[in-house]
Amino acid sequence: MFQNIGELIILFWRTLQALPRLVRQRAKVFDQLFEIGNASLLMACILSFFIGGVLALQAGSVLADRGLTNLIGGMVGVSMAKELAPVMMSILLAGRIGSAMAAEIGSMCVYQEIDALKTMNINPIHYLVLPRLVAIAVALPILVVFSDLVGWFGGALVCVFNQHIGISFEAYFNNLRNVVDVRDVIDGLIKCFVFALVIATVSCHQGLQTIGGPRGIGRSVTKAVVNSIVLILILDYFLTRMLLHFEK
Amino acid sequence: MSAAEHDSVEVEVRNLRKSFNGHPVLKGLNFDVTPGEIFVIMGPSGSGKSVLLKHIIGLETPDEGEILLNGESIQGPAVMDKYRLAMVFQSGALLNSLTVGENVGLYLIEHRLKPPAEIRRVVAEKLELVGLKGLEERSPGELSGGMKKRVAIARALVIEPQLILYDEPTSELDPLMAVTIGEEILALNERIHVTSIVVSHDRDLAFAVADRMAMINEGEILFIGTPDEVKRHNHPLIQRFIHAELSVPKPSL
Repeated sequence: MFQNIGELIILFWRTLQALPRLVRQRAKVFDQLFEIGNASLLMACILSFFIGGVLALQAGSVLADRGLTNLIGGMVGVSMAKELAPVMMSILLAGRIGSAMAAEIGSMCVYQEIDALKTMNINPIHYLVLPRLVAIAVALPILVVFSDLVGWFGGALVCVFNQHIGISFEAYFNNLRNVVDVRDVIDGLIKCFVFALVIATVSCHQGLQTIGGPRGIGRSVTKAVVNSIVLILILDYFLTRMLLHFEK
Repeated sequence: MSAAEHDSVEVEVRNLRKSFNGHPVLKGLNFDVTPGEIFVIMGPSGSGKSVLLKHIIGLETPDEGEILLNGESIQGPAVMDKYRLAMVFQSGALLNSLTVGENVGLYLIEHRLKPPAEIRRVVAEKLELVGLKGLEERSPGELSGGMKKRVAIARALVIEPQLILYDEPTSELDPLMAVTIGEEILALNERIHVTSIVVSHDRDLAFAVADRMAMINEGEILFIGTPDEVKRHNHPLIQRFIHAELSVPKPSL
């Protein structure tokens, strides 16, 4: 495990060192951005809408029993912005994009494409890892903002149409505006930026470590997704503590 | 490109040893390849030929021993960057996410060595050379095994290498294309005086193109010599290898 962590840190560091070469790889960054948007946008929309909805439904029924329905907007707003959108979108991308990264790089390893790059003096970190890391680090925060908005809207719809809760759009969004601060959204963006780096580094690392045939690729994909999600959840706790500390 | 830039390299392999999981694959190999020479390595499957090639091009690190290019160890800082090396992999190793044209021009594109129009011209020229004119926009997945191999050779030619390594260049090719590849290996050697190391089972190719040959078995070199010397050598394994013929009685109906 410690060897893996060490290798991850080295890969991340080497990718950061390659950042000045990003301009050369811009076409690949745009390709990856398109890939991420294409693969995740619809899923992100559905996921966020229902997360916002279920959050409003669960909290709303408890708050309605206590006559506190006017607090639902703020509750859904803060939960989505600070926690649910960054974590759920990161898990979504780990599953959809991280797995694709590990599979693609893994198959390149198995079929000697990475060796071919090296013989042409093309660094696989510059060519493969850098554009993926940058693309996901750009795409995930955008996806999280989108998820915040859709989730808030999903929560509002449930609050308006659920007879037990039954508050108006205005009441919901007034409370949301009063409670949710730009700082809350930025906290979520900081978290998801870190998660994006984790997903890209872990997935590319697993891809580059692939040995064997199709079975090896399958193993790498599973490891990439599982390790990314575990790291996201562990880091989420520590990042939340750190961000709460700075809020004080 | 200046004449100096075309200078082919000398390869020296010194006491090269490599084991995988405790199993020795290369057992202290020693040989030299002189600049501009075509050196063929022959031997049965699993004898360590491909591993040896990977060491020469720096894809594997030896447990012991070293490889020198023009007297400098390839482990030394930036030594590999000083020379233009190319390898034609047995499987072709084309990048499936790129078109044939992008694969062939990859080296020039990534190192920004020529403007795009010039790259397109060079790519078309090299593809024509290996009999694949006009296939620039095809995906590698649409090609046969032999066509992939030829694209890989075109990709290596684009580098205008000083040292080129071929891993089974004629496997999966029909006899006519195998002859074309053999001729191309010779023509390239003559045109830019490139040092070539060829790993092959193809006896016809080996004896046709080799200046010298090494017979390798179980990670050890049995003999190094010219094709004529190899043919005359009386080692039983060498004789069996170069004279092996398929002789299976046909079932009577």
